[in-house]
Amino acid sequence: MIDFIVSVLTLTIPAGTALLLGTLGEVYAERSGVLNLGVEGMMIMGAVTGFAVTFATKNVVLGILAASLAGILMSLIHAYFSITLRVNQVVSGLALTMLGLGISGLLGKQFIGMPLPVRLQPVHVPVLSDLPILGEFFRFNILVYISILLVPLLSFFLYKTNWGIVLRSVGENPAAADAMGVNVFLVRYLAVMFGGLMAGLAGAFLSVAYAPAWIEGMTAGAGWIVIALTIFSLYDPTRAMLGAYLFGGVRVLQFRLQPLGIPANLLNMLPFLVTILVLVLISEQAFRRRIGVPAALMQPYSREEK
Amino acid sequence: MSVKVRIERRLEVSRTTQIGSILLSLLLSFVVIAVIFSFLGVNPLNAYRRILIGGFGSLYGLSESVAKSIPLLLAGAGLALSFKARVYNIGAEGQILLGAIVGGGIGLAWPDLPRGLLLPLMFLGGFLGGALWALIPALLKTRFRVDEVLTSLMLVYIASDLVRYLVYGPWRGAEQRGFPYSSPFSLSAQLPHLGTTRIHYPTLIVALLLTLAIYILLYYTKLGYEIRVVGENPAAGRYAGMSVERVILFVLVLSGGLAGLAGVGEVAGIHARLGPPEGISPGYGFTAIIVAWLARLNPLLTVLTAFFMGGLLVGGDAIQTALNLPSATIFIFNGVILFFIIAAEYLTNYRVKVEVVK
Amino acid sequence: MSEVPTAVLMKGITKRFAGVVANSNIDFEVREGEIHALLGENGAGKTTLMNILYGIYRPDEGEIYIYGKKAHIHSPKDAIALGIGMVHQQFRLVQTHTVVENIVLGTGNGLRFEEEEVRQKIVDLAQRYSLAINPDARIWQLSAGEQQRVEILKALYRGAKILILDEPTSMLTPLEIKELLQTLRRMTEEGNTIIFITHKLDEVTAVSHRVTILRQGKVTAVLETAKTNKVQLANLMVGREVLFRLEKPSVERGSEVLRVEGLEALSDKGLIAVNNVSFTVHRGEILGIAGVAGNGQRELLEVIAGLRPATRGKIFINGVEATRSSIRERINMGMSYVPGERMTALVPNMSIAENMILKSYRTAPISKGAFIDRREMLNLAQRLIQEYEVITPGPEKPVKLLSGGNIQRALMARELSQQVDILVAAYPTSGLDVGAIETIWRILLSQRPLGKAILLVSDDLEEILTLSDRVAVMHNGEIMGIVEPKEENLEKIGLMMAGALKLEQEQWV
Repeated sequence: MIDFIVSVLTLTIPAGTALLLGTLGEVYAERSGVLNLGVEGMMIMGAVTGFAVTFATKNVVLGILAASLAGILMSLIHAYFSITLRVNQVVSGLALTMLGLGISGLLGKQFIGMPLPVRLQPVHVPVLSDLPILGEFFRFNILVYISILLVPLLSFFLYKTNWGIVLRSVGENPAAADAMGVNVFLVRYLAVMFGGLMAGLAGAFLSVAYAPAWIEGMTAGAGWIVIALTIFSLYDPTRAMLGAYLFGGVRVLQFRLQPLGIPANLLNMLPFLVTILVLVLISEQAFRRRIGVPAALMQPYSREEK
Repeated sequence: MSVKVRIERRLEVSRTTQIGSILLSLLLSFVVIAVIFSFLGVNPLNAYRRILIGGFGSLYGLSESVAKSIPLLLAGAGLALSFKARVYNIGAEGQILLGAIVGGGIGLAWPDLPRGLLLPLMFLGGFLGGALWALIPALLKTRFRVDEVLTSLMLVYIASDLVRYLVYGPWRGAEQRGFPYSSPFSLSAQLPHLGTTRIHYPTLIVALLLTLAIYILLYYTKLGYEIRVVGENPAAGRYAGMSVERVILFVLVLSGGLAGLAGVGEVAGIHARLGPPEGISPGYGFTAIIVAWLARLNPLLTVLTAFFMGGLLVGGDAIQTALNLPSATIFIFNGVILFFIIAAEYLTNYRVKVEVVK
Repeated sequence: MSEVPTAVLMKGITKRFAGVVANSNIDFEVREGEIHALLGENGAGKTTLMNILYGIYRPDEGEIYIYGKKAHIHSPKDAIALGIGMVHQQFRLVQTHTVVENIVLGTGNGLRFEEEEVRQKIVDLAQRYSLAINPDARIWQLSAGEQQRVEILKALYRGAKILILDEPTSMLTPLEIKELLQTLRRMTEEGNTIIFITHKLDEVTAVSHRVTILRQGKVTAVLETAKTNKVQLANLMVGREVLFRLEKPSVERGSEVLRVEGLEALSDKGLIAVNNVSFTVHRGEILGIAGVAGNGQRELLEVIAGLRPATRGKIFINGVEATRSSIRERINMGMSYVPGERMTALVPNMSIAENMILKSYRTAPISKGAFIDRREMLNLAQRLIQEYEVITPGPEKPVKLLSGGNIQRALMARELSQQVDILVAAYPTSGLDVGAIETIWRILLSQRPLGKAILLVSDDLEEILTLSDRVAVMHNGEIMGIVEPKEENLEKIGLMMAGALKLEQEQWV
């Protein structure tokens, strides 16, 4: 039994890591008041770029860095449209996803079926990885550890630093932040770019570590689960981790539960069903306030027009 | 001396400016896509030529374009109506799938009914399926003020999984040897085609009639008047004693129903069975957003934009085989065009003024 | 004159918004250590002027000097650096954040938010100015008065020496107002300078040293508070010169159309805004409601129009109770409402013709089954455009292309083309030029012989006196009295507007 639990958990953590990375980024973007539905597109661009650069340079680190950069570049398109041009964020995000899916398909054509010469190797944490049973949890690759470390780090930044207060204020009440001399546009740009960076990382994780391979459309809706998880987590890094592993675990478990009569495809619905429930829950004003749902989400800001 | 760039709101947008901006945004899209193609090692002129020939250059290509424009028109015209009321239903993809499930389910359940009865029943069921699927975000919006964008989007993925569940599970056909397909539809559950083409003309006729009906509804009826007023200025609607909630419910349910009809058309007119969701609708519900937006939410113009986007999809298939490009390539068109449409909307509503100040 | 140095000097400030002049060549001077009241009606340009001082708007013309030095204020950041703080009427606070988080926003130097240190500093400041506040409370848990204290602390925390307060008492209870005024005095003792935007005369006389009065974007007077009185201030603020004389033929007062009994309603903030209001309006008469803006007029009209619930009291239209009737039912009962914010009654992007049927599209001849008879719609629009002399390129052009005066004419045309018994008109000429004002006045007066009843609310006393058959004065949510608009009643009206006189109900006309 313990073996079963440990094996599920050790599979769950890597399965949830891409979701976690992407969600942490989107939590920050949405905390600043910008909804970016382009996560799927940024993620897949990260995946293809990470794979391509790793393939060409035989250097995983370069691949991961390039993937982050690709994510940032993609996010800048959305930032320009939604923050500077103040167009509908929903449409802009959808367009970004389409663009990412299209370009990655074309870019990755040559890599289909190619084996990666190098891949992200698991890091064996000294001593800990030799423990019986628990040792399994200390043999993940570096991105898994990074994603876990980012959770307390991003929580700390969000709640305990001056910049975190600025970020949250911009998403809650941009006029208030503006009146205090905060550059609302800059903060939003940076937050959206961070979201792009994290989505790029998430994509690289899939293509150079988890798979590792390039498969067209390999994110397979993970970007949309990220959108759902961001709401599910109520814009909080710690809850994002919980949710990412929960839904990562569902993916791992779905095949093991099938014999018990629980169909995998119905389990797959879970993240989206729960998200709708959460949306209904947070529609309550009192609840929104307690939780801190960014009040200015999806609202472009401009000073002169009241 | 300095140059001052000022952005002003434009007061009146004439019809010519509007159509001009649509054409200009398409033109610019093609320029940008050409650049992207060149970067990725694809000769853009060659690709465009293939798309043009593939989608519009032959009778076969044209017929395929028409066939693909049917679901786009049904979903797109509905979305135009919904967006006109500023209700952002972006879950048409899911509503298409629900239409396919309910319509297809009726076809599978009563294969022996006469065609003249079964097909209308399937369409009716499909309409209700899509409408009910859209009723969920509608009720959540009117009752709890939950934003319809996220709920309708989440329901797309729930619908996909529902289809997968059905075709992998209870509805899998006995003869399918483990493949995720239902049994083939009986002949009376299949739509007739125009000659040897894949144009299932009953759906096309229904789509054209409904598009016309939506146009008339929007511009000639009291309900359409309310939809436009509420979309433009909900405060004025309330001031005049209109029910904003009723308008939201109506446009969501109707646009969902139309998408549902599109789903029935696909399974009964093209596939003749239920299969995996990406087979039933390779993103028609999302492309329909472009159809509606490109038509500037004018239902009559969606006939043209649906045909255009349908042709683009067929052309995309053509470059896929001719130039050995992945099927996702066509998404580049979708993405770039969508970006330029929203940018054009910004630019037609605003005027950029460059002044030289001494 | 005293030798007190000047804290703020604004010279020749002009600011236009889309062609409307909000500030016209304004000179404004505040001395160090004084409480300077900036008095004026809504829309007089007070807030715009202060938003310019605080860097939210950039003036089109003019210069600003702070403590004698020329200042270039491009954003609030610049203003803060110059020691200017502003408390907006709508508080700029992050509701879900704590008091400490709100105050520290944008000031931190290091990365880490040194909560203990900041809290201590805030507690010290609060003590020094006796601004009692719990630094760990979240904003949404605080009362309006407490939120205002947070705003003041925000400015002080940033080292503000010049504090602008925009309508600071509008959301406060009487006790909180008293406390605020004490705080302000305390602040000037510490060497701070206060600019106090208001339209309430009591407050000007209670707290300020000097007062600058704005009207329609221009300065009308700068006075020492000690050397003036409320009546003079009211006159300077509202304006008394006669624009034009209109003939007002006497019309037989007919049957009662609107009756309001003991009406009570709450403001958006949940305070009592309409307090035990009773009056009637009859056929052929115009009842004007005078008063300084923000004394419950807007809420009163919204209750009558059905946009705001009554918490007590009753409304009757033609003798039928309508207190709980929907907007649509009231329309059908013969009520017509021209709101102060015109654009909430119009659809700017839709054509004039389509705007003309906003109320009548449900009834014949516009309605034909499920359809709208477009020909009838165009006929109606054409007729109304002619009848009311709306200047437009054509009935199919969007309303937003019309000038302000023509928009109001079109709106009046639509509302009066209905089967109207009672027209409720709010601020019908605000923002219009003289010519347009005269037209709207003529239109309103022409309804009396037709036997229509009009309830008119305006903060332009001239308008009320010119048009009304009877004048009700509103102050602090109450009707202070109803008198005839005669020369000899002017003083009474002024006193009632200032809240200094309340007539017994038996004395009402």
